[in-house]
Amino acid sequence: MPTFLELTHISKRFGGVQALADVDLTLESGEVHCLVGENGSGKSTLIKIISGVQPPEAGGKIIIESREYSHLNPVESTRAGIQVIYQDLSLFPNLTVAENIGVGQHLGGFHSVDWNAIRATAKRAMERIGVNLDLDVKVEDLSIANRQLVAICRAMAADAKLVIMDEPTASLTRHEVDALLALVRELKKKGICIVFVSHRLDEVLEVAERVTVLRDGKKVGTYDAKEMNDHKLAVLMTGKEFHYDLAGIDLSARKTVLSTRHLSRKGDYKDISFDLREGEILGITGLLGSGRTELALSLFGMNPPDGGEIHLNGKRLALTSNREAIDNGIAYVSEDRLTLGLVLEQSIASNTIVTILDKLKGFMGLIPQAARQSTVDRWVKDLSIKVSNTNNPVKTLSGGNQQRVVLAKWMATAPRVLILDSPTVGVDISAKDGIYEIVRGLAAKGVAVILISDEIPEVLYHSHRILIMRNGRITGEFEAHKSSEDVLRVAVNA
Amino acid sequence: MPENFARFRRSHEFWLLSVILILVVGLSVMTEGFLTLQNLFDLLTSYAFLGILASGLLVVLISGGIDISFTATASIAQYITMLLANKYGLNWFIVFAMASVVGIGLGAINAVLIDRLNISSIIVSIATLNIFYGLLVFITGGKYIYSLPPWFSHGIYWFEYVDADEISYGINLQILALAVMFTLTWLILNRTNIGRQIYVLGGNREAAQRLGFNVFRLNILVYCYMGLTAGVASLIQAQLAQSVAPTVLVGKELDVLAAVVLGGASLAGGVGTVFGTILGLTLLAVMQNGLILLGVSSYYSQFFVGLVILLSVSATALSARRKRKGVMTE
Ligand SMILES: Nc1ncnc2c1ncn2[C@@H]1O[C@H](COP(=O)(O)OP(=O)(O)OP(=O)(O)O)[C@@H](O)[C@H]1O
Ligand SMILES: [Mg+2]
Repeated sequence: MPTFLELTHISKRFGGVQALADVDLTLESGEVHCLVGENGSGKSTLIKIISGVQPPEAGGKIIIESREYSHLNPVESTRAGIQVIYQDLSLFPNLTVAENIGVGQHLGGFHSVDWNAIRATAKRAMERIGVNLDLDVKVEDLSIANRQLVAICRAMAADAKLVIMDEPTASLTRHEVDALLALVRELKKKGICIVFVSHRLDEVLEVAERVTVLRDGKKVGTYDAKEMNDHKLAVLMTGKEFHYDLAGIDLSARKTVLSTRHLSRKGDYKDISFDLREGEILGITGLLGSGRTELALSLFGMNPPDGGEIHLNGKRLALTSNREAIDNGIAYVSEDRLTLGLVLEQSIASNTIVTILDKLKGFMGLIPQAARQSTVDRWVKDLSIKVSNTNNPVKTLSGGNQQRVVLAKWMATAPRVLILDSPTVGVDISAKDGIYEIVRGLAAKGVAVILISDEIPEVLYHSHRILIMRNGRITGEFEAHKSSEDVLRVAVNA
Repeated sequence: MPENFARFRRSHEFWLLSVILILVVGLSVMTEGFLTLQNLFDLLTSYAFLGILASGLLVVLISGGIDISFTATASIAQYITMLLANKYGLNWFIVFAMASVVGIGLGAINAVLIDRLNISSIIVSIATLNIFYGLLVFITGGKYIYSLPPWFSHGIYWFEYVDADEISYGINLQILALAVMFTLTWLILNRTNIGRQIYVLGGNREAAQRLGFNVFRLNILVYCYMGLTAGVASLIQAQLAQSVAPTVLVGKELDVLAAVVLGGASLAGGVGTVFGTILGLTLLAVMQNGLILLGVSSYYSQFFVGLVILLSVSATALSARRKRKGVMTE
């Protein structure tokens, strides 16, 4: 296959962080090339250099179809046929589907808008990949999966020869992921090169021909996907070995911390009853829309139920706000870390201590600097958050490290009940492992944990007991150590 | 077509239009003077100033910025232009060109400060409002200009028509300028790529940058356009008032902002239409005028305007929340 793009000696530094160090990479037309590595290993940075958003340091070379550049700008990169679908999709929520797809036609000097041409472009792009969305709907009214399709259509409209997808599957359900992977194969058939970044190694191996592994900004190597498996990749990415599984322990003698009886909320979930014991990790899984997140929000006081009861340590609880939930020792790590969990413009330190300001308050309600710093440092260390300065805004962290800040923030409240909603979406495996480790540690100390996840292995290997939810109801209950992935998969999809 | 209508029925514009219709019907029944040709003509003439500024501010809000210094800009443009017009005679074309150039120049100052120093637009424009206004009052000593060139005082009338009570109607300078500026703004926003770039910028600034849109150039265009509308508005206001007073315009910024926000523009950027702004302005005008005709004190009128803005913004926020929830449970 012909080489489409070649990178040589690419390095990039941000302040004290060496995001990329002397990386080489070749991409061929018509191949699916996966980029894997832990959080902060430099994947997104590499993409930004290819798309011209950031220049590499001197000495680096970018060769596209035998034309050489020392750096690119976004317009050159687009003209060369490179299209990036960013983690955040980079869409315009205020504009229609058609205009988002045809937005490239607005570039350049003053000219009039040809709305028919924009619609035609959008239609053609959708036909090329076989999707069918209403052209006149605003993107803000679309689901995440459909927004992603819009982003892919935009790449198609620009006649892309290289489409780079940065963690495209992080917020999709399994069903949507399958559709996306099918689409990736379709693009490949058209001779388009696809670079695919993901932390779900099973996906990577399913779709890739070649895999490039980055570790700490350095390239470990490029491998044939056929010769790889999850385990080998994980070792290459981290240099470590991993062991999963949580032994079954007898929890029946433990005190019940949280219980619900016939909890219901119209349109969200119905008749939910379960007990959660001290030190127990209770997994909840089910398809998107099964009411998992709505239930979790109710337990956290944010989505009041309209029937049934919640008991905490034997006392009936009627939560009307998350403040009350926090005061009662309930913590919630959100599914959508970007919109619910963090204030992206604020510093890492402020984000970490925001939940415990009251506890840190000293003289006249001021926060003593020393106490603040020591708390922050402790969590940064305990969760191995990769950061050069805790006073930098959270948005300068890589996606996975942002997730760890969310965790730090809630763990700092010393909760008795910790609800984790898809805590490892977008987190690399060694960080995942770190998070599981922390969760187990908390459980061993008596914290009761609810672990909500799409990923069946995640709940299977890291919970004691698993509840399956479907259409707002609990449809099954399993002991983790007596169950298997297949059994759970059948139960979820039944 | 029915689909488009369904979409329209759910829109902010539809809501506004309904409220305006109810008010108009109510006021026509309750007062003598509301639904008269003369009152409508007066309303159009006297709200032209706010309307022209609203069209400029709309563009700024869509881009994701804000400007409140435009009343000071207008005061300066008005003062300089009329001073020179008195001295050198001049003509319509030159005075409008001059006021526009002054407005554009001051707008460019805002744009450069906002873009290059990366300070938020609200802070920059609060500062420039005070600087521009302070300088003007200091240099002029707050002195009015009472005598304007005769051709200017006389104004422009097209299609003049005098009714039985000897009151004349027609397309005057104010109405003409208002129509021209609304049309121009609509054309820019909907028919040129630059207008669409402004929506793109307001919708997602970072994505716009990544796709290679020139953010600095857009900022310059947006704030200069605001300045241009301030220049034009200042002259039709001077013509209507038959004098130039350096101190009367500053303070009207919030009325303009009220009209644009009522019209559905969002301070977060990316959202807003000329049609909505026209409706917002109409609602403001009908409310203020109606309350006067009903004999309600003008302090109450402010109270009601505030209340309506609050209601309108809450309605928008609520429907947005419902929509988000819809997506979540999809
Ligand atoms: N604008 C920036 N300023 C400072 N540091 C940055 C910036 N962008 C990236 N970094 C740092 O560079 C390193 C590489 O980040 P990058 O986003 O490329 O990681 P990644 O491999 O995409 O990680 P993830 O899987 O978490 O998305 C990280 O340590 C990150 O904190
Ligand atoms: Mg990344």
